[in-house]
Amino acid sequence: MAMLCARIRLVLTAVAFLVCAAAAPVAAQQPTSVDPNAAAVKEQQLLQQFYRIQGLGTIPDTKSYVIEQPMGRTWRLFHQVWLRWIGVIVILGVIALLALFYFTRGRIRIEGGRSGRTILRFNSFERFTHWVSTVAFVILGFTGLNITFGRVLLLPLIGPDAFSRWSIMAKYAHNYSSFPYVIGIVVLFLLWVKENIPTAVDVRWFKEGGGMVGHKHPPAWKFNAGQKLLFWLVMLGTLGVVASGCFLLFPFYLTNIFGMQIAQVLHALIAVAFVGVIIMHLYIGTLGMEGGSDAMGNGEVDLNWAKQHHSLWVEQELGQGRSATLPAGAKTTPAA
Amino acid sequence: MARMKFLCDADRCIECNACVTACKNENEVPWGINRRRVVTINDGTPGERSVSMACMHCTDAPCAAVCPVNCFYTTADAVVLHSKDLCIGCGYCFYACPFGAPQYPRVGNFGSRGKMDKCTYCTGGPEADGSPIQYEKYGANRLAQGKLPMCAEMCSTKSLLAGDGDIIAQIYKDRVAKRGYGSGAWGWQTAYRETIAS
Repeated sequence: MAMLCARIRLVLTAVAFLVCAAAAPVAAQQPTSVDPNAAAVKEQQLLQQFYRIQGLGTIPDTKSYVIEQPMGRTWRLFHQVWLRWIGVIVILGVIALLALFYFTRGRIRIEGGRSGRTILRFNSFERFTHWVSTVAFVILGFTGLNITFGRVLLLPLIGPDAFSRWSIMAKYAHNYSSFPYVIGIVVLFLLWVKENIPTAVDVRWFKEGGGMVGHKHPPAWKFNAGQKLLFWLVMLGTLGVVASGCFLLFPFYLTNIFGMQIAQVLHALIAVAFVGVIIMHLYIGTLGMEGGSDAMGNGEVDLNWAKQHHSLWVEQELGQGRSATLPAGAKTTPAA
Repeated sequence: MARMKFLCDADRCIECNACVTACKNENEVPWGINRRRVVTINDGTPGERSVSMACMHCTDAPCAAVCPVNCFYTTADAVVLHSKDLCIGCGYCFYACPFGAPQYPRVGNFGSRGKMDKCTYCTGGPEADGSPIQYEKYGANRLAQGKLPMCAEMCSTKSLLAGDGDIIAQIYKDRVAKRGYGSGAWGWQTAYRETIAS
C-alpha cells in the first residue's frame, strides 16, 4: 500500500514538473508579450457601435452613467445652425409671401359693401376660448423664439443682466402658459370638430381657389375648406408640441439623453411651422379680409360678408329662424 | 498661458471614487450634484474599464455655443466657466454636452432645475478670485493659488491627470511607451479634436 502511494506521488510530481516546464517559456515572456489591454473596451469601438459610452456608476443619478455622447455636437449643430435658418426662412418666408399676396391680390373686400345687418357667428364662450388660446399662443411663440433667437437679436440690445432676467421669466411663462393653451385648444376642438369634418363642398372650395385666387365665392358651411385645413393643422400642431413638450417639461422621466435631444428637435421644428401657419391665420383674419375680424371681436359678422364666404351656413342659420341683427337705431320692420 | 486639460488613464483607474469625494469636499458641492463621477464600462467582465469623467473644458465648447443667454466664458487657461447669475436653468447645456457635465440642484419639472453647476477645474467663477461669494457659488479657486484641481491631485494611482495639455499628453505617451499598451485618452477626440498616439 505504502508502495502504491509512493508510486502515485512520484507520477504526480513528474506530471507537475512537466507542466511547469512547459509553462516556463510563457512566464518568461510575460513582461513583453502580455497585453492586459487586449480584452479591454475601446473608446472608438464603443462609439462606433453605440454612438455613446455608457457604463455603471455608484451614484443614484442614472443619466450620469453616460460618460460620452458625441451626438451632443450634432444637436448643437441643429440648434445653432439648422434651426435658426429654418426659423428665419419659415417665418420671414411666410411674411414675404403674405406681403406679396397683399400687394397683388389686395384686401378681400365685402362685395357690395357692408349691409349693416349682422349675424352671430361665434358666441361669447367660443370667443373667450379662442382668445385664451390666442394670448397663450402669442406668449408661447415669443418666449419660444426668445430661446432660439434672443441671444442674437435681443441680448446685444438690452445687455446680459436684463436679458437673463427676461429669459427666466420667459421660460416660466412658456412652461405655464402651455396649460391654458392646451385647455383652450381642447375646448375649441370639442366646440368645432363637428363643423370641421371635410365634406364634398370642400373639394369645390379648393378647386375655385377659395375665393382668394380669383374672385369666385365657392359655397361653404360654417367653416370653409381653408378654415378646416387650419383647424386640423392646429390640432396636429398642438398634439406635436404638447407631446414633445411633455418630454421637455419632465426631463429624463420617460427617456434618456438621446430622447431629450429628439424631443427638443421635434418641438422646435413643429413650433416653427406652427408659428408660420398662425401668421397666415392672423393675416387672413385681420388685414387680409374685410369684415373677418368681427367674428372674434363682438362675434357678429356682416350679413353680406357671411353670404359671400359662408353661403350655406347663412342659409342654414336664417332657415332655422335665427334672424340677422339690425343695426342700432334701425326701424324694427325689416326691409323687404 | 497653459491650455488646461483633464486626462483619465483608464488602464490605471481603480474606481476608488476618491476624485469624486475630493471634488465634493473641496468645492462644498451641494447634495445631489456630482461634478465628477466614475463610471465602469463592462462592469464585471475581464475587459472592464473605469473612467473618471467631469467637464472636459472642450475646445469650442458646445455648452457655450447653445446657451440661450450666453452665460459661458473661457478663461486664459482655456477653462470653460459660467455665470450662475446669468444662467436661466433651461438645461440646454446638458443636451449639448458630450460628457454629461452640467448638473442642476433639482430634477427640473416645469423648468425648475435651478442654476447649473459644473466642474470649474477648481477655478471658481466670474467673482473676484478667492472671495467668499466666489467660493459659495462655484467652490474653490485652486488655480489662482497655483494649484491643480483637487480630483487629479488626490488620485491614488495618478490615473487622472490635470495640467497643461501638452505636458499631460507627454506623461501619458511615456507611460504607454514604457508599459507597452494604452487604451487612449478617453474623450479627447470629442473634446479637443485630437488623439494621443498609443
